[in-house]
Amino acid sequence: MLYREAGDFKTSYGKDSQTFPLKFDRWAYWLLLVVAFGVVPFFINDYWLNAVLLPFLIYAIAALGLNILSGYAGQISLGSGGFMAVGAYSCYKLMTSFPDVSIFFHVIISGLITAMVGLAFGLPSMRIKGFYLAVATLAAQFFLVWLFNKVPWFFNYSASGQISAPERTVLGYAVTGPLATAPAKYLFCLVFVLLLAWMARNLTRGSFGRKWMAIRDMDIAAEIIGVNPLSAKLSAFGISSFYIGISGALIFAVFLGAVDVNDTFSIQKSFLILFIVIIGGLGSILGSFIGAAFLVLMPVLLKNIMVGQLGWPSDLAAHFEFIIVGALIIVTLIIEPHGMAQVWRLTKQKLRLWPFPH
Amino acid sequence: MNQMNAESYVTADGRTIGGVVMEMKNITLRFGGVTAIEDISFDIREGEIRAIIGPNGAGKSSMLNVISGFYVPQEGEVWFHGAPRPKMRPYKVAKQGIARTFQNIALFEGMSVLDNVMTGRLTHMKSGMLSQAMWWGKAQREEFENRAQVEKVIDFLEIQAIRKTPVGRLPYGLKKRVELARALAAEPKLLLLDEPMAGMNVEEKEDMSRFILDVNDEFGTTICLIEHDMGVVMDLSDRVVVMDYGKKIGDGTPNDVRNNQAVIDAYLGVSHD
Repeated sequence: MLYREAGDFKTSYGKDSQTFPLKFDRWAYWLLLVVAFGVVPFFINDYWLNAVLLPFLIYAIAALGLNILSGYAGQISLGSGGFMAVGAYSCYKLMTSFPDVSIFFHVIISGLITAMVGLAFGLPSMRIKGFYLAVATLAAQFFLVWLFNKVPWFFNYSASGQISAPERTVLGYAVTGPLATAPAKYLFCLVFVLLLAWMARNLTRGSFGRKWMAIRDMDIAAEIIGVNPLSAKLSAFGISSFYIGISGALIFAVFLGAVDVNDTFSIQKSFLILFIVIIGGLGSILGSFIGAAFLVLMPVLLKNIMVGQLGWPSDLAAHFEFIIVGALIIVTLIIEPHGMAQVWRLTKQKLRLWPFPH
Repeated sequence: MNQMNAESYVTADGRTIGGVVMEMKNITLRFGGVTAIEDISFDIREGEIRAIIGPNGAGKSSMLNVISGFYVPQEGEVWFHGAPRPKMRPYKVAKQGIARTFQNIALFEGMSVLDNVMTGRLTHMKSGMLSQAMWWGKAQREEFENRAQVEKVIDFLEIQAIRKTPVGRLPYGLKKRVELARALAAEPKLLLLDEPMAGMNVEEKEDMSRFILDVNDEFGTTICLIEHDMGVVMDLSDRVVVMDYGKKIGDGTPNDVRNNQAVIDAYLGVSHD
């Protein structure tokens, strides 16, 4: 009954195109921000941070990036893991080469470097589409991981071949390294998530978003109304890689602290991001968040139930976790191929009419 | 630019037809061994409604594709505004002010009607990526200015009620109208319509004819259309090109064309005894 548009009149084009058209949604959004910034940091502990919040925030950034490329521009990519590695290694090289510059800029520049790499690997999209493009991006995945394994300059000739993040501070608080506290890490990532999600929303509702969606829905018609397919596809690759690069830099510097490229940025990571996007909803900003929450929280929840409540051995639980998550993915896709964002949209439509059925 | 402007005239219903906007000079288009268009020349004058007719497979759509840049003819030149047009990709042709609709609707099914029509304004939107990402100043102003323009087109074509509906859910007749809206939103100098009335019932055809006439009348848009419904073509158009098997067999006012023996033969068949 609270949830309806009655009385909420749009009197300008600005108001008509706002992100949350309903007053209730706007209030919920601001409330969420207040909780995320003002309440969560006081109650956060290391378990919640490392098991839930950091992976959720960081994968949400990567999912936003892949969603721009695959969901909005319709170009399939299986190279997310490789691009994350570019972000991580750029960040490592920047942190060790320019220790006086703020980590904040290091992360952003890592994103820009990844965008450049993404542009280069996006060039084949001019000629090939669909599955063939997916295979081409798969080449990027394997090539980049191979590169960071084989060229010692990237890991500063360390004996283990790993990279580990030195301590860096923001406003006097350590956000990387062993001394960093949970609230500092959390807030650092949250700021990036908020900024990037806001930018993604703005890009996708403006003319860039329309160019991308036009290319996705019908490339011939897009070209006839004046969309340059080359620049539209490449801009999607660039922006997408920027997001994925930032998430890679954050995984390395803030979340894990030390990274081995074979473990962290393998093809599994590319698939994880792709699943997040597909389950959350292709072509939806909110979907990226829902998908990330689902795929991060579900394993944690299942583990807690199976090991904590039922007392199963942890290896059995781990295998069951795979089975259950896999089955859930299949079921979700059968019931709602447009992802959980669509479920949410349908629920909202029902809510608007509630308690009446039609 | 308008050195050929000398022979403008006024039609019976009081519209002024200007000089030549677009001229096709000896266009020949081949696909391997098949000659789709053979040595065709005709011109389109400013402000007129120009029809291309002909039996199936005559090369009409190929001709439209040549104009909009999809096909590059092997021989001949396309003159636009009194100068030969270099070979260019379709998106550059669109930037020159040529918009079109397709025979089998080519809308963006995943987007709302409003977004579809807004894509028609893309050639008018120049703000950069960073300013759009921030949604400040220029990007926002540009968005709303173009939205206002789009709303005019939406009003004009009477599709206000379906503004926010996803295009995939619309019936065929409305989709055709939305596609026309998208082309109109670009404020084209030349509008190409590929069978705008194909598959419509009588009421829908009447609506569409009214819209085409209104567009031409109110905005002064030059229109070049392909249509199979002879009644519609003869009523709407100022001049008609008739094609058959890739050749031009007639060109002139509807009345000339109707009495042209070659045209009658092509449409009704001719006995070979």
